[in-house]
Amino acid sequence: MTAASDGAASGVEIAPRDVHAQLRGVTRVFPLASGAGLHALGPIDLDLYHGEFFAVVGPSGCGKSTLLDVLAGLSPPTDGTATFEDKPIDGVPDGVGVVFQEDASFPWLTVRDNVAFGLRRAGVDEAEIKKRVDYAIGFMGLRDFERAYPAQLSGGMRQRVCIARTLVLQPRLILLDEPFGALDQQTRLLMGDELLRLWRETGATVLLITHALDEAAMLSDRVGVMSARPGRFIDIVETHWPRDRDSRIVSDPGFGAVTARLWEKLRVESLKLMGTRP
Amino acid sequence: MRRLVDFILLLVGIVAAWQILHWIAGDIALTSPLDTVEHLGKLLGTERFWLNVAETARAFVAAALISLIGGVALGVVLGLSRTSAIVSEPILIALYSLPKVTLYPLVLLCFGLGISAKIAFGAMHGLIPVTIFTMKAILQIKPVYWRTAETMRLTPGQMAWHVALPAVIPEVLAGARLGFSLTLLGVLIGEMFASQRGLGFMITSAMGLGDIATIMAVALFLSVFAVSANALLLLLDRTAAR
Repeated sequence: MTAASDGAASGVEIAPRDVHAQLRGVTRVFPLASGAGLHALGPIDLDLYHGEFFAVVGPSGCGKSTLLDVLAGLSPPTDGTATFEDKPIDGVPDGVGVVFQEDASFPWLTVRDNVAFGLRRAGVDEAEIKKRVDYAIGFMGLRDFERAYPAQLSGGMRQRVCIARTLVLQPRLILLDEPFGALDQQTRLLMGDELLRLWRETGATVLLITHALDEAAMLSDRVGVMSARPGRFIDIVETHWPRDRDSRIVSDPGFGAVTARLWEKLRVESLKLMGTRP
Repeated sequence: MRRLVDFILLLVGIVAAWQILHWIAGDIALTSPLDTVEHLGKLLGTERFWLNVAETARAFVAAALISLIGGVALGVVLGLSRTSAIVSEPILIALYSLPKVTLYPLVLLCFGLGISAKIAFGAMHGLIPVTIFTMKAILQIKPVYWRTAETMRLTPGQMAWHVALPAVIPEVLAGARLGFSLTLLGVLIGEMFASQRGLGFMITSAMGLGDIATIMAVALFLSVFAVSANALLLLLDRTAAR
């Protein structure tokens, strides 16, 4: 395995791969009461390739989550264009699934009903729902908790419920907004393995927002490093890990090189944020 | 099983305290538990008592419906926007802290000496708590639920029915429980001050006659009703809040 290779600062163009989602010149400015705007993001150019695992790291407040909101169709860009499967993103596109950091499981439903929630609302027929829910519940190791309510589960288990709930909708692009941010380190590593398994199994494109460098380095094919606000990509690092990797990759000699390079870039940006000169 | 034992212990404690107080205060102030139950038994056999119960029940049901339906509707409308909720909350709380009984003469002038005054007064007690609870419940829905619903491409109707409604039910039920007992309070106060019928009227007229046994019997009847209704709502609450 080789360590990080050089990627251009923005719009990395390696072999002509199939673009799944694309951002071109995307900015996001939030209007403020004073009449001025808060420039939160961009301009951002990004090509997400079919079936890749892409992680975004950046200092806090750099607009990582805003970037995800744009791709999810939850928040339209102020400027620039966002497309998914060659169609402009206007509202939440069909085929995009999102997992949030906060616990989003519905406390009034059992685990099974939580997982089936999206399918029921979409009017999928019961036999199909049963098949897909059984699969997702088995896949996420929730078999023994089907009838439990979220309040009876640990934070990690609840996040599994949320992932399963997204998984049953068979998204082609999965967006994860710091999904393991509230979990302890051991659980995070194991959840990372689950995520890799899910990614391999479904063949979906994955975009993961995280603040944990090791998580980004361990899981991804490419890691985009964002600048302090307004967030832009200042580096995109390719990891070249094999597709059947798992958390044990952290002991690979190349792993240190990847995290070192991520930290080198991120350190400068984080210092800026703290008002200190590097 | 344990809870049943606890409940029986509590009941025994209350009855014992009541009996001791009776020994201290005597029949002029407090009838004994046994005499009260006996007297209530006699009252339950009279037609006049049931006419009064029916009158109070009519006023209470009407006032409770106004409090619940009106309170939930108002709460939803006010809770949908953060601004309206922030503005209305202190106003509602200030309004609620008014000693309402001082306004009862006004209520009587507006509604006359009949059942409508009692209904209005009951609703004055119950409406605001239900409104505040509902409003808070709507505001406290976690934003991530809306975002989740949006990413699952739910229609606005589905969001209201399948996300907002189940998310607020426990809070609204808690508000309903409070509103329920306050509405009962309002209706009874209304009956005690100016009425020709109802359990509240029965208490005041018995007071005039020095008929302590009747006062105690009616109070016992109302307490049993209020406590069982509250327990029933609590049970509903627990089932919903799981």
